[in-house]
Amino acid sequence: MCILVRNVIFFEEIAIYPSKYCRNFQFGLIQTTYMLKILEKLGHEILYFLETAGRMGIFLFQSIACIFLPPYKLQPIIRQIYFIGTRSIFVILFTGTFTGMVLGLQGYYTLQKFGSEGLLGSAVAVSLLRELGPVLTALMVIGRAGSAMCAEIGIMRNSEQIDALELMAIDPYQFIIVPKFVASIVSMPLLTFIFNFFGILGGFFVGVSLLGLNSGTYFQGMYSAAVWADVEMGLIKAFVFGLLVVWICTAKGFFLHRERAGGFGAEGVSRTTTNAVVMASVTILVWDYLISAMML
Amino acid sequence: MSNVEKEKVVELIHVDKAFGDQIVLEDVNLPIYEGTTTVIVGPSGTGKSVTLKLMMGLMRPDSGQVIAFGHDISNISNKELRKIRMNFGVLFQNVALFDSMNIFDNIALPLRERTDATEDDIRRNVQEKLEMMDLTGADKKFPAQLSGGMLKRAGLARALVLDPRIVFFDEPTTGLDANKSAEIYRLFHHTQSELNYSAVIVSHDVPKIFKLSDFVVLLAEKKLHGCVSPEDFQLSDNPAIRLYVEKNIGPIYSSLIEEAGFYETF
Ligand SMILES: Nc1ncnc2c1ncn2[C@@H]1O[C@H](COP(=O)(O)OP(=O)(O)OP(=O)(O)O)[C@@H](O)[C@H]1O
Ligand SMILES: [Mg+2]
Repeated sequence: MCILVRNVIFFEEIAIYPSKYCRNFQFGLIQTTYMLKILEKLGHEILYFLETAGRMGIFLFQSIACIFLPPYKLQPIIRQIYFIGTRSIFVILFTGTFTGMVLGLQGYYTLQKFGSEGLLGSAVAVSLLRELGPVLTALMVIGRAGSAMCAEIGIMRNSEQIDALELMAIDPYQFIIVPKFVASIVSMPLLTFIFNFFGILGGFFVGVSLLGLNSGTYFQGMYSAAVWADVEMGLIKAFVFGLLVVWICTAKGFFLHRERAGGFGAEGVSRTTTNAVVMASVTILVWDYLISAMML
Repeated sequence: MSNVEKEKVVELIHVDKAFGDQIVLEDVNLPIYEGTTTVIVGPSGTGKSVTLKLMMGLMRPDSGQVIAFGHDISNISNKELRKIRMNFGVLFQNVALFDSMNIFDNIALPLRERTDATEDDIRRNVQEKLEMMDLTGADKKFPAQLSGGMLKRAGLARALVLDPRIVFFDEPTTGLDANKSAEIYRLFHHTQSELNYSAVIVSHDVPKIFKLSDFVVLLAEKKLHGCVSPEDFQLSDNPAIRLYVEKNIGPIYSSLIEEAGFYETF
């Protein structure tokens, strides 16, 4: 961007003082310097990307390794499950129910056009189990817990609390990261299950109680259409999303000081948290597609 | 002071450190002897905190060696570094207590994470440290609810809770009034004679701090000067030290003997 602007200024200057730049040789020279600048910037960009990717990879590896290394402490994990899982239940329950209800409503009118309202149960169940359950649960968890994790760790980094841990010979991975990893990986499938359960109930409520579909038809359609493969896909997605969310959100906070935009002060924390939420959400959607493509 | 036969606990050898093209330290050598107190003084922004961070292994030098308890920690795995750090206690410039834990849990944390002590032992130990630091009654408060002086004392309690062999203090008294800083130094003096640790103190409190120190080092112009006893420091003919002494203390050197025992009288 900066280069572009400077280029424009440069060309304006040529327009104003053509004589100054009339010799081809000089013009070419200056062009080359700009090309070099662009290349240099590109190189920086690539290096930064590689460095970040490497750092994130090592972070993931180290965190997972630490899960299996002693000491094993249950209490911090339970506290994190309470924060990431239990405290999210209400939100998940609420969004699940309404997602199911809207699926019921939209599905009913769409299916009615083809005279196949009987398929409503299966339509709701399959879309929830395979796609909407895991994805929306993950997005809700990012918003509720992911952002909080990133900000919390980022502030710890900023106020030298992580250095203090290192200096007390306490492994920050063991102390901060591991409980969050385990809790997220455990909570996500359970929350997804809750989301699906209430989604199906929501669909039932709209389809059967409000729109007058036969309740036997709703569940019969569901039993016949939703197979184990759907549940399995949902579970795998929930598990992978749990890992992705906690990975991105904790790593972003943990490496706050390495952020190129500058992870300094309150603004650094807020900017990094926003980045983490955006990055986690986008990654979830990309991986949703990838897993679907691989398993279908 | 017979420092010849004293063991070196930590030592910087030919250390260079730069951030980008800003050179902060150039060919720095600094030994810290067992059981002694070394004070690092110098103008703000010259790299005193960086020197401490190098000694603690929080930063790695660009070249040179950092020897701690016989190991070169500039070139060591995290696991081994952690083992060496079991001997460290640190009071950060900004204290760095865990702000989401109360004072009791903060001080108990190293015990809980690094020892197998029972909860009863931990409570007794922490309570003892709290008493030592005049913090009884503040144990349920959070760091944000304490005054600056109380925070420093809580930080000191946390640094000492595992009986470290060397303690690093980064400006333990900045932001405190004269009374409070004298109190911190009194606590330091008291705990050091009780627990017998080596200490490295970064301080701007000259000449007050000299009474507690065995060695004084001046950091100026990217180099360390001195590492001599406070008397020799004030009488030194090294031009950098002369300049610093004249600026901060004045040319008149007051006898140390007069004021000996100053800190015991509190
Ligand atoms: N992580 C870092 N990245 C870049 N520069 C740094 C970093 N840490 C310190 N510096 C620079 O190194 C120099 C020395 O900093 P340092 O914190 O050691 O000063 P100091 O002597 O402790 O000063 P004060 O007495 O004010 O605490 C400063 O110019 C600072 O900007
Ligand atoms: Mg400093």
